[in-house]
Amino acid sequence: MLTILFDGIAYGMLLFVVACGLAVTLGLMNFVNLAHGAFAMAGGYITVILVNRLGLPFLASLPLAFVLTAAIGVVLERTLYVHVYARTHLEQVLFTIGLVFMSVAAVDYVMGSQQQFVSIPSYLQGQINLFGIGIGRYRLLIIVICGLLTIALQFSLAKTRFGSRLRAAVDDARVARGLGINVNAVFAVTFAVGSGLAGLGGALGAEIIGLDPNFPLKFMIYFLIVVTVGGTSSITGPFIASLVLGIGDVFGKYYVPQFGAFIIYIIMIVVLIWRPQGLFSRAVAK
Amino acid sequence: MSVTGQHSDLAPLVERGRASFAARARWNVLEVAFWLAALATVFLLPSKHLILTEIAILALFALSLDLILGYAGIVSLGHAAFFGFGAYVAGILAKYGIIKEPVLALLASGIAAAGLGFVTSFLVLRGSDLTRLMVTLGVALVLREIANQLEITGGADGLQGVVMEPVLGHFAFDIFGKTAYVYSLIVLFVLFVIARRIVNSPFGLSLRSVRGNSLRASAIGIHVNGRLVAVYTIAAAYAGVAGALLTQATQFASLSVLDFERSADVMLMLIIGGTGYLYGGMIGAVLFKVVQDYLANVTPQYWHFWLGLMLVMMIMFGRVYGAIIAAAIFGICTILKLGFMHSIIFTVALVLVMGIARPHILPITAKITEHANALQRSVRARFARKGE
Repeated sequence: MLTILFDGIAYGMLLFVVACGLAVTLGLMNFVNLAHGAFAMAGGYITVILVNRLGLPFLASLPLAFVLTAAIGVVLERTLYVHVYARTHLEQVLFTIGLVFMSVAAVDYVMGSQQQFVSIPSYLQGQINLFGIGIGRYRLLIIVICGLLTIALQFSLAKTRFGSRLRAAVDDARVARGLGINVNAVFAVTFAVGSGLAGLGGALGAEIIGLDPNFPLKFMIYFLIVVTVGGTSSITGPFIASLVLGIGDVFGKYYVPQFGAFIIYIIMIVVLIWRPQGLFSRAVAK
Repeated sequence: MSVTGQHSDLAPLVERGRASFAARARWNVLEVAFWLAALATVFLLPSKHLILTEIAILALFALSLDLILGYAGIVSLGHAAFFGFGAYVAGILAKYGIIKEPVLALLASGIAAAGLGFVTSFLVLRGSDLTRLMVTLGVALVLREIANQLEITGGADGLQGVVMEPVLGHFAFDIFGKTAYVYSLIVLFVLFVIARRIVNSPFGLSLRSVRGNSLRASAIGIHVNGRLVAVYTIAAAYAGVAGALLTQATQFASLSVLDFERSADVMLMLIIGGTGYLYGGMIGAVLFKVVQDYLANVTPQYWHFWLGLMLVMMIMFGRVYGAIIAAAIFGICTILKLGFMHSIIFTVALVLVMGIARPHILPITAKITEHANALQRSVRARFARKGE
């Protein structure tokens, strides 16, 4: 029971790390990026290549997954995404679906359509017993890493100069520009960090949620749910939503496997009906 | 109209309104040519009936999306929900012998899908585009899960053993797909005519005003939510009929009718053909299927790559130029006989370059458009002079 709870927390944390980049682009920058999962997939495959083919240690490959995915993110942001920021949601959806289709087909061809596994070092396998609860070591690692990241994120958004610049740029890009904030650079950095985090999440999650070329499509809805249900005004909303979603999903799949997949969709629809305007009040006000 | 009796000064206005509706309802030459061409395919392309059937079904599906997206402005990423629902209803009706006659079963499926559309329409009434995207997507996913779990739908194996009776008791489905094609085409035509009546009616005009500015529409006395519920229900019925047609033509229904890709593809068709004039979805369906068929032959299972490229380019450079650019990139890869690996590298590099060069490319395309428009004007002027 507690082990399942623990698994759920790990899963939720993972979802949060992947989705928090989306929370910023979708929630703050008002950009519907359905291709967000593609960055997570990129991170996962980078880790697979680094660890399985090049023989790098797993822990060393994680920062690399972050950096490389962030680099991909910033290149795409500067060359492609930047043209689509001011478009309608429909156009953004089509554009990013196009990117998803391209990435799925390309990865399918290059890496093969089978599920990929990262070879986890032996010291991260197995369980440790803590107060009579079986805790997977790997999941513990996920929780520690993601927990630290969450604190760092919250701190950098709320307390640093960059955080206040970002919030200013999001609230009113024109006025922010007038105050001498380089809005484009702020958005680019934010996008890069968001993609990098997705990449890191994909790398960490390859073991738990699986990794195959259809990853961006399969998990698109999960990331969107985190952002929609969690709201966008702060980082705590998506965080709590991720945890609830992760725990709910794991519990659902464990106790009522035939209804497991429904639960999250139904939660989402209920929340959206319950607060249809409130969740996206920011987007509407713009 | 009763209005004229009480306010005689309104009479000329009413007359003008009537005349404008009559003008809208008139069929023009291109429309007639379109349907004659569709009819001609029955006789001219007998070997292509299977794919033509699929095109007709997708055209109906895209038409249904046009009703809500092009006319009411509702963005949906889960329109496959109704398509799939109709497909399964038709399959179950036939398999268990509840309604054996295909046309009646088609009606029943359409009504069932309309019911689902009516119920779920209340979910899309409020909120922004984003909320609608999520809710429609969620509804489609829930349905897919239900179809996956239930016994009656056959789960992941799909609904097998569907046997169709002859249409109207006379026209049996043949292995060449001729009956299926003619049947689908007739259904498409009939439903198109109805949709045409709907969008050219006062109701259709009020939908457009809702799409343009819903606040203002409500201010001039249009019951916005009522209109949205109505059109969503109608579109759901259309999609359900399209799905049912697919089941009847292929005698099979699988989970793929509810896939996210299906919702995305139909939106794509509509975008390729253009929204808001009914023919867009149908033209888009033809182009989409022909291109898909070709690409699936060249690079089987990776054809979505080229589709994605086209989408990205269409959004960046506009519909026409984007499609031309994407086709050009694909053409270069084919002419140079690049393997798929090299094609990916080449395409991605080119897309990034195009992204950087976009500010320089846009003025060029704008200039081309200008010249094309000028040419069109001069041609038209010459024709007009000849007419005199």
